[in-house]
Amino acid sequence: MDAVDIARWQFAIVTVYHYFFVPVTIGLSVIVAGFETAWLRNRNPEMLRLTKFFGKLFTINFALGLVTGIVQEFQFGMNWSDYSRFVGDIFGAPLAIEALLAFFLESTFLGLWIFGWDKLPPKLHAACMWLVAVGTLLSAYFILAANSWMQHPVGYRFNPATGRAELNDFVAVLTNKVQLVTFPHTITSAYMVGGAFVMAVGLWHLRKPGVGTNAGMYRKATRIGAWFTLVAALGVVVSGDLQGKIMTEVQPMKMAAAEALYNSEASNAPFSLFTVGSLDGSQEKFSVKVPGLLSFLATGRFDGSVEGINEIKATYEKQYGADTMNSSAQSRVFSKSYTPTIPLTYWTFRIMIGLGMVGALIAIAVLWYTRGDRIPRHRLWLWAVLATPLLPLFANSFGWIFTEAGRQPWLVFGVMTTATGVSPNVSAGEVWTSLITLTLLYAVLAVIETKLLLRFIAAGAPEFEEPVDPADRDENAPLVFAY
Amino acid sequence: MELTTVWFILIAVLWTGYFVLEGFDFGVGMLMPVLGRGGDEHGEVRKRLLLNTIGPVWDGNEVWLLTAGGATFAAFPHWYATMFSGLYLPLLIILVALIVRALGFDYRGKVDDPTWRKRWDIAIFLGSAVPALLWGVALTNVVMGLPINADKEYTGNLFTLLNPVGLLGGLTTVALFLTHGAIYIALKTDGDVRHEARQLSIKVGAVAAVLAVILLVTINVSTGSAASWAAAAVAAVALLAGLFAAFRQREGWAFVGTFVAIGAAVATLFLALFPNVMTSTTNASFSLTTTNASSTAYTLTIMTWVAAIFTPVVLLYTSWTYWTFRKRISAHHIPVTSVGIPSSGAGTLS
Repeated sequence: MDAVDIARWQFAIVTVYHYFFVPVTIGLSVIVAGFETAWLRNRNPEMLRLTKFFGKLFTINFALGLVTGIVQEFQFGMNWSDYSRFVGDIFGAPLAIEALLAFFLESTFLGLWIFGWDKLPPKLHAACMWLVAVGTLLSAYFILAANSWMQHPVGYRFNPATGRAELNDFVAVLTNKVQLVTFPHTITSAYMVGGAFVMAVGLWHLRKPGVGTNAGMYRKATRIGAWFTLVAALGVVVSGDLQGKIMTEVQPMKMAAAEALYNSEASNAPFSLFTVGSLDGSQEKFSVKVPGLLSFLATGRFDGSVEGINEIKATYEKQYGADTMNSSAQSRVFSKSYTPTIPLTYWTFRIMIGLGMVGALIAIAVLWYTRGDRIPRHRLWLWAVLATPLLPLFANSFGWIFTEAGRQPWLVFGVMTTATGVSPNVSAGEVWTSLITLTLLYAVLAVIETKLLLRFIAAGAPEFEEPVDPADRDENAPLVFAY
Repeated sequence: MELTTVWFILIAVLWTGYFVLEGFDFGVGMLMPVLGRGGDEHGEVRKRLLLNTIGPVWDGNEVWLLTAGGATFAAFPHWYATMFSGLYLPLLIILVALIVRALGFDYRGKVDDPTWRKRWDIAIFLGSAVPALLWGVALTNVVMGLPINADKEYTGNLFTLLNPVGLLGGLTTVALFLTHGAIYIALKTDGDVRHEARQLSIKVGAVAAVLAVILLVTINVSTGSAASWAAAAVAAVALLAGLFAAFRQREGWAFVGTFVAIGAAVATLFLALFPNVMTSTTNASFSLTTTNASSTAYTLTIMTWVAAIFTPVVLLYTSWTYWTFRKRISAHHIPVTSVGIPSSGAGTLS
């Protein structure tokens, strides 16, 4: 492996890892804020207990999301300095704005929320968690604007004098049509994860033999989580469908790669549910196909035409040149092939959809089997409990792997290839060092994090304690929350 | 004023904000083994007391670093690219340190087990001391100059950074942050810890003052301007005034003193650096400057508007947080266990 490959592996590992925590943060923040608001509205003690319970799980998850996020910001400069030089004029701004608008908001108000139970008036305290939730959305918007620009660069021009891409329309970057569909797709996917997490934790406690008088509370958590998952899933489907069409328009290769469609289909392009055999287009393989579905995903019509990999490749070779380093032109191109890794895009696309769908189906089943005062007792439900938070979470991961791998060989689509973006002065040994260090560290932290989460999930919601008004508190009383 | 100059100042302000704020929580982390000594119950309460002085604020403090990094990327992409790829291994070490430190704060009280806590205590100490040292080494080297070629690429290695002046810079930041942290503890606690911290701050502060004076004079002799000399003088006076205030048991003023001292010291470095952003020792003409490393005027204009509108908002709610948690805490404020900690035995999913 050369420095490019190692840097790519590092980016993939630390980003996928970071993104285990991000959707949980986005999804749980709004649910915890909702629980707390419900408590303030109808004074149901169960809601305060759920607020504290899921709030604690939220903070355990947030800590790891936060620290792995610092790596994300640093590694553009560390491993991808040529990329940073080439796009900094455009790409840096959303990152800086994300820090200023979102990170300060999230960190400050989460600190206030965790430590402020006995300091802030109740409504203000709940408002802090809502602000954290808003912070996660702002954060997502700006970082996705940056990513969408890589998928579909707009609002810029190439400046031959400086040899880099330069911003000329910031509004265009923020309202990039890829961004407008990616943002809702990402957020609803994250909400699915948050909902599934609450549903699974609630259901696990609900099924416990000793649940006793807590059954009502955990049933509420389970059903709220399930509804949240289901509504979010609907959003995922709608936004994902829109996204597919935009993707076909701006990155036809990615859609072709999602199906491993080598030759263009004039109409009724089928979508295969799975394939046995190689995906290199060389031979007829066994696969289960749904007629016309690919046409529908790509164009919205079952008889729409879909371009194949070979045709698109030929177009790109004409447009960007074949097998050449072409940095004098309006782009930085160095690639042997314009085709992404097909088995990777083919399978990640399917796994993303499949896991998400199974997650949504479990949510429906949970709603059905917990209706009234029913408790689903069958042993298989334990597996569902274990799987539910992970299914949408991994669907998120596979979605990102698909969309990033499907953009290859481009780093910025049509403008800069990945191989030209790495830091020229950083040796393979240095990248190896950081890859191994971070991977080992992350592995250890994953074990610790999982262990902690399981302990706190198992401990269940804390007993109800009537909160004391901050104004009436004894100054010398122990803090309500302390490290 | 040119926008590139405005952004140089803003980035200097962000780094200054980072060091004056995270400086004291690095200090608290480094002082844990000293002021929080003792493996018994008493020591544990002291440790938790120290941690809870920074509990609600350290995370917000760290965002100054992220904002400084993001702003550098946006306003001076070449500065960001050269510095972050050039300082590769030190930054990797800093990242690892910041990761384990933050998790230490958040996780140490979540399992009731002495071994667990001891491990996180080590993480908190190293996670605070290592970045305190390395940031000083890194910034000093950036100001004194590094081998950078015509393509704006750093051509040295890790050992290039470990020169006498760079190491002096590192020791200075460690000493300054220890002083700042000790005074912060004296300001935020009551009881034994408060008095010990104050006494310690004067001793460490004296060392910090000597180191800081040598460092700032060395830098100013090499690359200083009238403004950077003035800032260095402010730093020295503020530090001495702060230590005097600590001696007079005026902790609030002492904190103002170290706050201004660290701020002015960082300002000295940036004023000495200006108008370069990365000085090349290979050839002066290879240096990155506010002009040749910057983004376009268009991008800087947008960023200026965003910063002008939102920075005051951030400062407002940050101040409000500090106001909310303004009260001193003492041993009797520390609850017996962290709230919600599962008792041993409850932690099994079966």
